Amino acid sequence: MKRIYLDNSATTKIDKKVFEAMLPYLKEDFGNASSLHWFGEKSYEIINKARGQVADFLGCNILEIYFTGSATVSDNLAILGVVKASQKKGITKPHIITSAIEHPAVLETIKHLEKIGEVEATYLSVGKGGVVKTEDVENNLKENTVLVSIMYANNEIGAIQPIAEIGSLLKTKNYKLKTKVLFHTDAVQAANYLDCNVEKLGVDLLTLSGHKIYGPKGIGVLYKRKIVSIEPIIFGGHQERRIWPGTENVATIAGMGEAIEGIKNQELRIKNSEKIEKLRDRLIDGILKNISGTDLNGSRENRLPNNVNISFSGVEGESILMALNEKGVAVSTGSACASGNLDPSHVLMALGVGIERAHSSIRFSLGKYNTESEINYMLKVLPEIIKRLREISPLK
Amino acid sequence: MPSIYSREIMKHFKNPRNVGKMKGYDGLGKVGNPFCGDVMEFYIKVGKDKKGKEIIQQASFLTLGCAVAIANSSALTEVVKGKTIEKALEITKQDLLNKLGEVPKPKIHCSFLAVDALGEAIHDYLIKNEKIIPEALNKHHQQLAKEKQEVEKSHKNC
Repeated sequence: MKRIYLDNSATTKIDKKVFEAMLPYLKEDFGNASSLHWFGEKSYEIINKARGQVADFLGCNILEIYFTGSATVSDNLAILGVVKASQKKGITKPHIITSAIEHPAVLETIKHLEKIGEVEATYLSVGKGGVVKTEDVENNLKENTVLVSIMYANNEIGAIQPIAEIGSLLKTKNYKLKTKVLFHTDAVQAANYLDCNVEKLGVDLLTLSGHKIYGPKGIGVLYKRKIVSIEPIIFGGHQERRIWPGTENVATIAGMGEAIEGIKNQELRIKNSEKIEKLRDRLIDGILKNISGTDLNGSRENRLPNNVNISFSGVEGESILMALNEKGVAVSTGSACASGNLDPSHVLMALGVGIERAHSSIRFSLGKYNTESEINYMLKVLPEIIKRLREISPLK
Repeated sequence: MPSIYSREIMKHFKNPRNVGKMKGYDGLGKVGNPFCGDVMEFYIKVGKDKKGKEIIQQASFLTLGCAVAIANSSALTEVVKGKTIEKALEITKQDLLNKLGEVPKPKIHCSFLAVDALGEAIHDYLIKNEKIIPEALNKHHQQLAKEKQEVEKSHKNC
């Protein structure tokens, strides 16, 4: 049986080089980076090296990089940390601007703060293409706005957001403002394909994840501009300059550094993006052309090179997923049943495609290991599956 | 391929029995709605056994839904075949769970739809033929109608 992995936005296969870079720190080099003896020294050194690799990728200072336990942790730190710091400065009810299509790590954190009365929040709507308008950010700025958090690219529909444009808008606005508006972006899905230079983007805080870039799970990065102060949300030792205390997970940090090496080279990144984009277009065109009642969700142009999200009318997404699983193909669905949650995807609902189309969507997310023959196999088996499920369906 | 579902569920999902609209059916039950991501039509044909008792001679279905919803519809068409109306009404949601194997908690909703659809098909048959409708069935029918209305009103609350 073939096994084809088209769920790279959920997680990626660990790169062999990354795996090998991690191994020593799971075996002989097990020291605590805080220890003064040579065991500790080895761990300390590799953490520093990894920090340098990430700083290089983001175009920032090494001391602006914080390793955390996951991208969810980084998002929480950015939001909660900024809110707490603003409250400390006397802004009792800070205002946050975000979008309706953020990852739950951002959306749920802000909703929670809003619910307990700590913040005011504005959730910017997106059009059919799934892209936030910079002017909407501008029009919703208030006196007490302390943070704008907009993802670099969406995880479900791959919609690329105008981060650099929003960054430059906020820069202009901030000249005249007493309370500076900080800018955070979750760049987890974008990192493989887009330029993440923090100066070009004009961001103050940025989130990365290890396991979406062929690195290990359980490692996140928070970039924090030096002049920006955030309050810690957990307490303990001095690690990560008290922003994320706790003994460093040395092996995953080493893995993160090596994973970054794989995406750091711009030329290579562009070459890789082009290859994946070609496969993506082949998949999109093949499905839309050969299967009736199909619609691409999100903008075709403003899209990550690896994302395909299509709705199949009259069929429930989860049943397609299970049927594809039987054929050895792994995909995902934003729809109800599969995720253990009966609500349709908040992202598709925000596009205004309607609840029925949201329930019938499948996300195919490609990665660097996918081949043309895998896409061809997919295009061969999918029409039969849809035909069969439509025969069972009362809605034709 | 291994999946999160039992072998029995996958067997029915991959190879569903008694699919399709039934010509000349005696009862039709429609449950669910597209807003919740599942719609089910359950058809029955009623006949008589040797003792002259009314039995469900045939059943078929059409389902838009997840693998569990499809598998349950398929399994129920087999389970119900040859049962008297009374016995058919005694089939519980737990019976289907027992037959097909447990499902993850959020999916239990999906596995209950088929039993509801069968009940609705029997209700339809009894009404059309001016027969006495058991109190419990009538109550459940009204409950489903009410839920349907509410869901359609709010497009939510699946």
